[in-house]
Amino acid sequence: MTIASSTQFVCFVFLSAAVAIGALGVVLLPNIVYSAFLLGGVFLSVAGLYLLLNASFVAAAQVLVYVGAVNVLILFAIMLVNKQETMAEIPGLRLRRLLSGGVCAGLFALLLRVAFTTPWALPGPVPIGEEATIRIGEHLFSDYLLPFELASVLLLMAMIGAIVLARRDVFSSDVATGEPADQGLIEKSRTPLLLEKTN
Amino acid sequence: MVIANPAVVSAGLDLEASFTDVLQGMGLSPGAAHLLWLPLPMLVVLVAAVVGVLVNVWLERKISAAVQQRIGPEYAGALGILQPLADGLKLLFKEDIIPARADGLLFTLGPVLVLVPVILSWLVVPFGQHLLISNVGVGIFLWISLSSIQPIGLLMAGYASNNKYSLLGGLRAAAQSISYEIPLALAVLAVVMMSNSLSTVDIVNQQTGAGILSWNIWRQPVGFVIFWICALAECERLPFDLPEAEEELVAGYQTEYAGMKFALFYLGSYINLVLSALLVAVLYLGGWGFPLPVEWVVNLTGQPIDAPLVQVITATTGIVMTVLKAYLLVFFAILLRWTVPRVRIDQLLDLGWKFLLPVALVNLLVTAGLKLAFPAFFGG
Repeated sequence: MTIASSTQFVCFVFLSAAVAIGALGVVLLPNIVYSAFLLGGVFLSVAGLYLLLNASFVAAAQVLVYVGAVNVLILFAIMLVNKQETMAEIPGLRLRRLLSGGVCAGLFALLLRVAFTTPWALPGPVPIGEEATIRIGEHLFSDYLLPFELASVLLLMAMIGAIVLARRDVFSSDVATGEPADQGLIEKSRTPLLLEKTN
Repeated sequence: MVIANPAVVSAGLDLEASFTDVLQGMGLSPGAAHLLWLPLPMLVVLVAAVVGVLVNVWLERKISAAVQQRIGPEYAGALGILQPLADGLKLLFKEDIIPARADGLLFTLGPVLVLVPVILSWLVVPFGQHLLISNVGVGIFLWISLSSIQPIGLLMAGYASNNKYSLLGGLRAAAQSISYEIPLALAVLAVVMMSNSLSTVDIVNQQTGAGILSWNIWRQPVGFVIFWICALAECERLPFDLPEAEEELVAGYQTEYAGMKFALFYLGSYINLVLSALLVAVLYLGGWGFPLPVEWVVNLTGQPIDAPLVQVITATTGIVMTVLKAYLLVFFAILLRWTVPRVRIDQLLDLGWKFLLPVALVNLLVTAGLKLAFPAFFGG
């Protein structure tokens, strides 16, 4: 085994362990802030796995999109509504946990079976390395054009939806309840700090 | 930085090849020789980055003093040149305090997460054709994606301090960083479109040929301004230093930090400033290019361009030019800091989303149109 391949193997073991343990931590930790930070770690480890596969552009995109945008937004949301409140006791919590654990174990077994029974083409196609950026661009503008455009329309819909939800003042009545929109809350007339001279 | 680099130059041009040749001559295997080479450029660049910060701190002290008609540091070494070292030593000896109700683990991890991506980004900064750690194909995109990790560290620090000012500072930093990353990336995209490559070396090579006239700043004046504004915002320099606005937030996410952890934030922000200035130089000011075409100057002296001495001299000039351009920009950044007032948070977000983003999009569109119309000038 050469130095390069052994380094690669060690990196692979380390990154896979980080992904698996980190993902378990995201689900199992009671503190949601820790879960969110661990999620960032999992995304970074996945980017490391892409790097091991010689897909450096995909790795950089993974870091930019998932760590830089998605995870930061999740953290942002958590910290803006960071209320320390104790959850109400849910009836049959143990049974629910057992059931969801069972579903997860079943899914895991199914995926394991797929992984072991599929005849994988080994070794796979030769990685194209730095050429990947050009190849991805060609695919996005030819055979993946429709999915790409559909994804952008989906994002646009989500964005418009977020604006409608956040800016209720553009409507005279509330979308959800039908009551008149709470204009007073948005533009509350405040008492002036300096009283104007009337005379 | 100038101090750290001559060792790289004096050994020749393709240093890696000559270094591994020497080691193989001493009976080492090629793999072992390569392994011994690998840490050297990393160490040199790390030292260069830290020395760059020391220079930066001294410049900041002296220039701010000059702006305010003071003398500034003068007793520590000639012209106070050892003052940054004294600052660093002071921070080193300070007690490392973790507030009682803070989250110790995240509190420690925050500054580290802020510093590491910034230092990693030095991977793609070229000082010459072969004088960079690694000419990775994703090049400048690597820097953009790495700089997006930083807000997580800031949020972590702000949250773990268990202090409302820290949390507000962290949230502001994240909001600011997200808003200005988009126009920044669009400005870079216009440059990348002209050079047909993400690699920083290719971007500089596309700007050589006619000396100062072929630099990207003439072809991308709008992009240059957008990039510089966004880079200042990403570095949290005045007029965009809202995350640590003293009058409102004490010191933002740094409020609870002391000793070396505080120093890590400090180091991170200054390394980031130097890095941004270097990247402006690479993207818009011709990187290591001399204002006159090097081939023309060499022809005047009558020497062949690939003579060893000429190679060493051009490589040295390249490093000096890169550093000179970067520190000129750093000078402007410092001057700006001590001249202009801070913007408000709503002005900051308005500027980012309602002005810079549309302008950057138009700039991209115009660049694409010009590239189609004049492929000879805008990279066919």
